[in-house]
This record gives sequence, C-alpha cells and structure tokens, in this order.
Amino acid sequence: MKQFAALIKTLDSTNKTNAKVGALADYFKTADDSDKLWTIAILSHRRPPRPVNTTLLREWATELAQIPLWLFEESYHIVGDLAETIALILPEGEEPSDKSLSDFLEEMLQLKAKEDTEKKAYLHENWRRLNYYERFVFNKLMTGGFRIGLSQKLMTRALSMATGIDKDVLAYRLMGDWTPKKTTFQELILEERPSDYISKPFPFYLAYALEAELAELGPVSEWYAEHKWDGIRSQVIVRSDELFVWSRGEELVTDKYPEFQALVGTVPNGTVLDGEILPFPKGEIGTFNDLQTRIGRKTVSKSLLEKTPVILKAYDLLEWEGNDLRQRPFSERRAILDGLFTKVHAQLDVLQLSETMVFDNWSAVAKERERSRAVRSEGLMLKRKDSPYLVGRKKGDWWKWKVAPLTIDAVLTYAMRGHGRRSNLFTDYTFALWQTTESGEQELVTFAKAYSGLTDAEFREVDKFIKANTLERFGPVRSVTPQLVFEIAFEGIALSKRHKSGVATRFPRILRWRKDKKIEEANSLEDLKQLLPISEMS
Amino acid sequence: MRPPLLVFNEKGIYCAEADVYLDPWKPVQKAIITHGHADHSRWGHQRYITHHTNVPIIKHRLGDITVSGKEWGESFMINGVKFSLHPAGHIIGSSQVRVEHQGEVWVFTGDYKTEDDGLAVPYEPVACHTFITECTFGLPAFKWTPQQEVMHNINTWWSENRSEGSCSILFGYSLGKAQRLLKYLDPEIGPILTHGAIENTTQVIRSLATFPKTQLITKDTPKELFKGALVLAPPSAHGSSWIRKMVPYVTASASGWMTFRGARRRRAIDKGFVLSDHCDWQGLLASVKATGAEKVISTHGYTDIFSRYLRELGYDARTEKTQFEGELAEMETTKENTAST
Repeated sequence: MKQFAALIKTLDSTNKTNAKVGALADYFKTADDSDKLWTIAILSHRRPPRPVNTTLLREWATELAQIPLWLFEESYHIVGDLAETIALILPEGEEPSDKSLSDFLEEMLQLKAKEDTEKKAYLHENWRRLNYYERFVFNKLMTGGFRIGLSQKLMTRALSMATGIDKDVLAYRLMGDWTPKKTTFQELILEERPSDYISKPFPFYLAYALEAELAELGPVSEWYAEHKWDGIRSQVIVRSDELFVWSRGEELVTDKYPEFQALVGTVPNGTVLDGEILPFPKGEIGTFNDLQTRIGRKTVSKSLLEKTPVILKAYDLLEWEGNDLRQRPFSERRAILDGLFTKVHAQLDVLQLSETMVFDNWSAVAKERERSRAVRSEGLMLKRKDSPYLVGRKKGDWWKWKVAPLTIDAVLTYAMRGHGRRSNLFTDYTFALWQTTESGEQELVTFAKAYSGLTDAEFREVDKFIKANTLERFGPVRSVTPQLVFEIAFEGIALSKRHKSGVATRFPRILRWRKDKKIEEANSLEDLKQLLPISEMS
Repeated sequence: MRPPLLVFNEKGIYCAEADVYLDPWKPVQKAIITHGHADHSRWGHQRYITHHTNVPIIKHRLGDITVSGKEWGESFMINGVKFSLHPAGHIIGSSQVRVEHQGEVWVFTGDYKTEDDGLAVPYEPVACHTFITECTFGLPAFKWTPQQEVMHNINTWWSENRSEGSCSILFGYSLGKAQRLLKYLDPEIGPILTHGAIENTTQVIRSLATFPKTQLITKDTPKELFKGALVLAPPSAHGSSWIRKMVPYVTASASGWMTFRGARRRRAIDKGFVLSDHCDWQGLLASVKATGAEKVISTHGYTDIFSRYLRELGYDARTEKTQFEGELAEMETTKENTAST
C-alpha cells in the first residue's frame, strides 16, 4: 500500500500529463505483479464491489473522529469527495501497516460478506494505522469509482512504456471480462492466448467533432456520410455460438438486451458488429428517453420488451469469419456487412443497417444534415471510404457533424457545490422557465440541470453571486434569488411524466451567460414545448 | 440590560461608548486596525490606531495617513473605554483588540493563528466575556502540519526541481505568507528571486526581522538565472505572461486551501503545500476555550457551521456578517489582488 499511496501522492504533485504517465510507468516497472494487476484493474474501472455502504462509512468515520454526523455532512459538502473527507477528519495514523495493495483488495473482497460489527472493526483498525495518503487511497477503494485524474488511456500509455508492448495491443488485451482473481499480470498483459478472446470486444474507434470547413476534407467522393444515431454505442459479438454485447463504457450488457440472442445461429460465428442500440417502439426509432427505461434495468420484463424493444443499427464490421478486419478499408468492411445483411435481414428484425450515403458535392451533404431531426438522428458522421478502424478517439478519417443544438434562455434558481476539482464551488445549477399559473401569475418552473459550459472564471463569478444571494439552504442545495439568465443548449427534447415541467431535455448544458438579459426576458415553458417534434405535440 | 459593548453596523464593528470602529470597511473618524491585509486596513479613515510594528506596513499601502502606534498590552482610554492590543500571530504586526468597559471584556481577534511561526509575535489567549473570532478554516477537515515539516518539504521540492533544471515558482500572499516562506527557504539550495509586489513588502519588513537575500525580477533578469532558482510570487501571477520566461518551471501554492485536492487541481498548480496564517479547527476550538468566554461571535469563514458546533458544546454562539473576506474560497487570490499595488 505504501508504494501505491506514494504513487498517488506523486500523481497529485504534478499537473503535467507526461510527468504523471512517467510516474505510473516507473510504478509498473517496480511494483510486484499482483499489485500491478490490481492497479490496472482499478484504473480500468474494475474495482471490487463496494464492501461497506457509504452511510455506514460515514457513521463509523465520525465515531472515530469524535465529531457529530451533521458536521461530517457539512464538511463533505465542502470538500466534495467522500473518501477525501473521511481521510481528512480522521486522526493521524499511529502504527504503519505493511500490507500491500493487493492484500487490502483481497480483504475488501472478503469483507463484503461479513457482519457489520466485523466491518466496523476492520475499518477502525486500518484507519488508525494508515497515514493521510494511505487512508485516502483506502477510502477511495472502499467508496467507488477510482477517479484520480488518470484515464485508462494514460494508464495504457504508461503500461506500454513499462513493458515495451504497443499500446493498441495493450488496449485490446485489457478489454473484456477479466478480474484480478481470474488472471495474472503475466497472462493478461504479457502472454497472448487466443482462447481468452471469445468474449473480447475491440477498442472502440471514436470520432472528434468536425472543426474545419467541409471543403477542407478533400473531394466528397472519398467520403461516406451516415446519420449519427443517438443510442448506446455497442459491439455485438457472436463467437462459438455465444452472444456478447458490450457498451462503449466497456460494460458487458448482454443480459439487458435479450433481443440480440436471435443473432446466434443466424449470424455466423466469428462476427463482431459495431453499431448503435436504439429504442424501436411502434416500429420506429424512439427517443433517448425511451431507451432510458431499458438502460437501468438488470432484468427486462416481458411487458417492457413489448413496449420498448431495441434494434441494432449496425455500421461497421470488425471481425468476419474469425478474422480481424480493422486494418481493411471501411468500404471493404461495409461491403461484407451489406452482404451479411442482405442474407439475414429477413429473419432478423433486430438488425438494421445504418445507411451509407454518397453525395456529388458537399452542399448536398450539408442539406442532408438538415434532415437529421426528422429522421431522429443527431446529425451526420463523415467517414473516409478507405479508413481503417482505429483505436480510441482519433482525428482525420472519421468526423461527427452534429446538428446545432436547440437552445433556450432560462433562469438560475438552485445551485449545488460541485465535486472533484470543483469542490467548494457552486457549479451544479438548476434552471427554470416561466409559466402562467391558473390565476394568471407568472412563476418559474424547473426544467433542467446543467453543470458544464462556463469558464473557470465565470464559475467563480457565479459562485460568488450564489454565496451572496442565497435564499434558503436544503443540505447541499441552495435556492438563489432569480436574477441570472443563461442560454441552455440541449440535443433533444421529449415529453416526460417524470419531470415537473412535463418535458425532458437531452444533455442540457450552459451555452453562455446572458448578462444582457433580465429574468423577465427568459423563455417560457410554452416556448420550450414549441421545440417538441411534431409527433410528440399531441 | 445594557447595550452590547460592540455592535456590527454597515461600517464595521462599532463601540458606541467610545465612538470608535475596529477594522471598519467604510471610512470613519477613528479606527483601530488589527493588521495590514487589505480587507482589515482600508483606505479613508481620519485616524488609525494600530500596533507600532504595523505602522510602516499600512503606511506602505495607504500612504500618508494619521496613525498612532501602540505597544503590546498598553492600555489606552477612548471616551472612558479601555482598549489594548495583544499579539494575534497572524502576520508581523497583527493584533487582537481587547475592549473593556465597566467590568465587561470583549476581544476581537482580527485574523489569527495559534502556531508560532517565528516571525510574528505568537498569539496569546486573552481572557474575555465575549470573543469575536474569525473562523476561515472552521471545519474539522483542516488540520495543519507543523511549519518545520512543511518548510522541509518545500526546500526538498525546490532542490529536486533544481536538480532537474526546472525553476520552482512558489505562490503566496505578498504580505505575510511570502515573508514566512522566505524566512525558512534554504538559500544554500540556490538563488531566491522575487516578484515586485513581494520585494516591496519585504523591504518594509526587513527592519523587523532577518531574511535571506532576495533578487528582484525585472525585465532585464537573464533567462539562465531562473534555471534551478526559486521564485516567490503572488497568486495573481499564476497564468500571467510574467512567468512565461521561467520555462521550464513547476508551480506550487502555500495555503490552507491546499488541504483540498480539488482546490489545487482547479488552480492548475502542480504542488500544494498546506501552510496557513489562520487557525485550523483544533486551533480555533482551543482558542475559544482558552479565553474563558461564554459568548462567541464568528465573523468570517465557515461561520454557520462553527457557531452551530460551539452551541452544541454549550457556548452562546452566533455569527455576524462582516466584509472580511467571507466565504470566498478564492480568498487568497482575491486578497492578493486588492493588496498588491
């Protein structure tokens, strides 16, 4: 643990990416194999299940710190990170612990099944021993996603520096369903064993938003355009008569989408499809809101399956007859995919093709983009015909060109402190629009929350306003004097019974601060509803 | 019931009996000033009263003012009310103000810290009935490491950077923090260079304490000099074009806010050293206890939280709104911007 805590401290001592990667590479060169494996697991979001719930963690920490629970909660709102708050309020450790990182993680795996009294004794004993950074790391492991400003991508880079193995190869080896219990550093990272690969997806290729003018992309004849579908980016794998569905967050979601079982036996083994899972109620593409009803469920009821079925809008073929096609040109991969589709589509409702379009000139492409909302897409994808399938987000061959977002001017009404680097700053905002009550008065109705889109300096300014204009406090949330107007952008809009306003917006964020507007000039809920697609207006 | 000895009005903390203000934020006739930071010693009062070591400090910023300096513990009467100044340990020349009238004693701390920094005369608890205290860091999350250890870490950080050929840029307020850092920097490691705001303030204080040699950075300072040097700069210099010629450099900030990982990352600073001129949680609690006060008024910082906790401990505790830097998380930067000229 000492070595890992020292690594985290070093990472915390620099703001420079190269220095962070270097420190992690050094760690990968010197730590022992089981610690390395756990480190990789943690940094690729494979931490063990939470052994103690956070309510108990808080209670037991405040007991040891001898402070009241409310004081802990207040401190937590300000610090903005649970693991850090607990580490800060506890007294300094007395006798150092020699246990390694993997010792601790093994113990945490065991701990989950134990009685509360044992859990508490375990926590108290370790908290008493560990120093600040060790406590912080220990708590981070206990509480959840190990987000410490080091992405999986940087981790892979460091691992590549330490082992000399190409980082794209490593990215592939790190994919899929492995845990430190089931493998070793040697097996996972250093050896190549094809039999392990049955369930493995390929690293996703992601596009950047188009920055340049269309004409700068060269001749339009070198490009395909596709609509950009707003669902869950997924790889659907059929190998050895088994189905695996992976989401882009590298989550195995096979059980959530039983519809795709129909692919097994129809699509040949050794096939990997890349595409978008889309809701398909009433025989047409639904809204992202429809999809929300499926995402959260672990088991899917029959009625839900009937109400909101899903399809795969396939746009790429990464493996065919067991061969990795990623280096082949996109046009070739598409040709095979089209052939497959022609053969199977009569038997497979769940499989649809994302149509590739070719145009004679760029202005026709731009015109097609205008149709996006009508066909329920977010805009266009532009893909070079001869592009290979790359690893991660890369510029050059693939571009996303979304339609301009919908926007509306809304009033800031509530604020909450942010987390991580925004801790102790009010950066999470709730926005409201005007509505006329039955008695004819104007009132503000909450319609969306947003916490991105302002610069650090603007956040500081708004933070100052909030602190000086607080009306009421509800735990971490404050209501503020309605005075500031912001332009809010969002990708889509749908009717919703779960929202007070009756409308749900997709990915709302702050476009800009309208310092020029008074709150009376903000938009109304009626204005927002005017933006609903015609099909939902009824 | 007689009226309270001190009240909080729109101009500051006011003693009606004596017709005098403590650290007022609007211009008044007569002001007793605790220390030289800009939110406590403002411009425009007719007469200033402060500790004599603070006189050159506030004159440096406020220019030609009418000011009288007092000695620690020296009693002076204003309209029948007895006042005296006592060390607050915050920065050089910082005082608490003791106010006594008809057997009742109030103490106003201004800003203070309980750790002896070897530079300011150390804080002394003063017995009183009502204690008006700051609580900038009034949360149990704040727990200071002894100065000696922090300064050792800073010097180690500097020599490591130097061995890699980098310039070390250390941010701290120009008044107070900068001199505290300077006093314990190890000049054996390399040259210590200063920003103008810090150099000027340090010059004023050099007569009161001994410091290592510094060199003012000007536009003629050769680029080679920065390599391996330590640069002392106010927080406002971070992200300015002024630091561009120091490349390659690493940055650090010395402040109580560096307790929070988020605070350091938000400022895009490489390294955070937790070093504050205010009390930590235990320091505040110990001070309140040592005064023997039954009534406690918190003026700035996490006042609501601190007062609620004190009430649970049995004190008659409340908060008063002041214009001392309040809840500003960016306090150090804000203060710096107004303090440096």
